[in-house]
Amino acid sequence: MSDSPASRAAAATPPSVARKIRGLSDRAIAWIFVAPTIFLLLAINIFPLIWTINLSFTNFKANSPNREVVNVGFRNYQRILTDSDIWLNMQATAHFLFWTIFFQVIIGFTLAYLINKKFKGNDLWTTIIVLPMMLSPAVVGNFWKFLYQPQIGLFNYIIAFFTGKDPSSFEMLGSVSLAPWSIVIVDTWMWTPFVMLICLAGLRSIPDYIYEAAEVDRASKLRQFFTITIPMVLPFLMLAVLFRGIENFKMFDLVVQLTGGGPGSTTELTSINLKREAFEKWRTGYASAYAIILFVTVFGLASIYVKALNKVKER
Amino acid sequence: MSSFSVTEPSRRAKWFAGTLVILYALITMVPLAWIMLTGFKSPSDAISYPPKVFFEPTLEGYVNLFTTRTRQTPEFLAANPPENWYEEIVREYDMVIVGPSKFGERFLNSVIIGFGSTFLSIFLGTLSAYAFSRFKIPLADDLLFFILSTRMMPPIAVAIPIFLMYRQLGLSDTHLGMILLYTGVNISLAVWLLKGFIDEIPLEYEEAALIDGYTRFQAFYKVVLPQAATGIASTAIFCLIFAWNEYAFAVLLTSGTAQTAPPFIPTIIGVGGLDWPAVAAGATIFLLPVMIFTILLRKHLLRGITFGAVRK
Repeated sequence: MSDSPASRAAAATPPSVARKIRGLSDRAIAWIFVAPTIFLLLAINIFPLIWTINLSFTNFKANSPNREVVNVGFRNYQRILTDSDIWLNMQATAHFLFWTIFFQVIIGFTLAYLINKKFKGNDLWTTIIVLPMMLSPAVVGNFWKFLYQPQIGLFNYIIAFFTGKDPSSFEMLGSVSLAPWSIVIVDTWMWTPFVMLICLAGLRSIPDYIYEAAEVDRASKLRQFFTITIPMVLPFLMLAVLFRGIENFKMFDLVVQLTGGGPGSTTELTSINLKREAFEKWRTGYASAYAIILFVTVFGLASIYVKALNKVKER
Repeated sequence: MSSFSVTEPSRRAKWFAGTLVILYALITMVPLAWIMLTGFKSPSDAISYPPKVFFEPTLEGYVNLFTTRTRQTPEFLAANPPENWYEEIVREYDMVIVGPSKFGERFLNSVIIGFGSTFLSIFLGTLSAYAFSRFKIPLADDLLFFILSTRMMPPIAVAIPIFLMYRQLGLSDTHLGMILLYTGVNISLAVWLLKGFIDEIPLEYEEAALIDGYTRFQAFYKVVLPQAATGIASTAIFCLIFAWNEYAFAVLLTSGTAQTAPPFIPTIIGVGGLDWPAVAAGATIFLLPVMIFTILLRKHLLRGITFGAVRK
């Protein structure tokens, strides 16, 4: 902007004259336009973050505000990092993260690859496939709970129909071994389209002439797939994984509605555990420290990942 | 177009790909179709085994969703014949309608908070996005990245201080509180997306307007805004869908007056456990607008869900 004719003219004009001619100065407009947003971000994002950091060093309990608040230093952090239950929650989260991303990448990429064959009506079917990911996760969790009911649920009925098992012989949400998979299934159902859309954008970004050149060089279709398609789509795929990773690390609504963290604590992801600590046990200080640890973890992992992503892009 | 192209898939490949994709689409639609069907079932049909695909449709679920009912004595029922079709449905269970349920209110809250926060996010977001796109703002890149990184916080983590703050300010369980909160969360998305859309509008248009004697502000709303209309509309739909679907903040920070539909729908209880047809009816009414918006939005979907990182 700085070297456009208009702003050069503005720079050459004394401010008082400029104000008369053009109303407010660009600088003033810039600040007037940005200020409300910055204020809101400070109030809703930054200030709470600082407050959380502050609380994390205390033993504050939100349900007993009159209790004396003591500064406990790093004790909250120490307790969290040495608590074996929290490591179990982390493991549940890791299981959830790994398998959802695994299935979503495989199914999502395959679908994108097939849609990119440009068969008739592919736009319509893409739109239909995309629908689940736009829905409210809490409501989705709630109605999948209905599908997972052992006696009456459609999911159990269909599985029973194909395997010949008794539909009431297994409980997707009630059994320790199946519950972690039940949340993986719903998340995969919901979010595969997301990975698919991003992969599709990647596939469509590959110019035709690269394949034409490969064809001239008599590279086999398989070879083209591994030396052109995969490397060109990889940055897109990695971006999709980044988004899914961050989102699923924060996962709360869907799983809370489906299993509520149970049975026992087999599906108690970190966010659900955090909610328990903060809003059921009311250990506000402790939960704040927990929140900060989670934030730093996501932020750290995401930063490392973005560096790797940029390297892949540069290649 | 050449008569033979190596990149054009063969007819057999197209047919094969099409079949598989359509098969996936149909399977993925089964849960949604099932929940919509369940909304038109009677409670006994909804929980029958094996699950019923063919059944006599009834609006019972919808009536139960919108009303509260109470059981009455046969004498009372005989003395007061049903006056309309929904009374008749309820009478089959020896009940009478005593008033509306809370679903209407909760749904209205979703509408007020959704549209309120969307309007505010778009209003503030468009101004900021224009400033970020056209003016040199110190630390702009860092600021934008920071705005984005606040989205990495789990909502529950953000909810702890917000909960305390709102309690102090008297904003707990108020429409204003929820509108401000959702705006605060949405504005990062709005600024990012809108900046992308405004960046694509050539600078020359405004410069021409400025030379023609428009003030900067006139150039903004007479030249840039109309050009950005599609971008603004699709960003608005994204903000609306987020606010509409949000659950974590809503369940922690609202309990009555300002509660939105997502925390409410799972709590619809009928006689003897969850009233599945009513829950399904509520889910259907709640999800339909989003489905329609998704179809309207399909061209810009990718951009919205990736914070503008991928543009088609």
